[in-house]
Amino acid sequence: MLLGRVEGSAVCSVKYPGTEGLKLLIVQPLNRHLEPVGALQVAVDVVQAGAGDICLMVRSREAALAMPDIKFVPVDLALVGIVDELSVHPDSEFDFVLKKGVNPFA
Amino acid sequence: MILAKVIGTVVTTIGHSDFKHRRLLVVQPLVMEGEKADDDFVALDASHAGIGDTVLINREGGGARQVLKNPDAPVISVIVGIVDSINIG
Repeated sequence: MLLGRVEGSAVCSVKYPGTEGLKLLIVQPLNRHLEPVGALQVAVDVVQAGAGDICLMVRSREAALAMPDIKFVPVDLALVGIVDELSVHPDSEFDFVLKKGVNPFA
Repeated sequence: MILAKVIGTVVTTIGHSDFKHRRLLVVQPLVMEGEKADDDFVALDASHAGIGDTVLINREGGGARQVLKNPDAPVISVIVGIVDSINIG
């Protein structure tokens, strides 16, 4: 799952059957520092998020599974949570590199 | 599955029902020396992992639904283990 920020909304009058009534939001995927990652995308909202909300999103088949009623619609990005709190420790606290030989963590 | 480090937490009170009562953790995948790091992402905790833990993450929806015992859970990434050590030959 990934973080994103709601930038706007989209309205489609002609849509694939079964997707009527699904609210489309324009979202900008974000990384842990809330910096944009990649281009804007369109997500189906199931939690009534508004513009500017930082949210949690899910991709691929799981996005279709998040739909309220009809589960199998052509949706590949769904907004499944509104983030109230995001706390991330600074990178300097961690070592993200694996070395040859034994890497003890315990 | 992939190896990653838990670096943060996400709290969502308003969210899809299948995310309730579960901790959401921000994770950064580990890489070998000289390799480019992958993007960080959010995983559902199923192993009581904490900040700084090195964890094993299953990034496939079917496995996630199996772990959560919920055939309709819209979850992809689940933390399925806490790693004590890794030995690379």
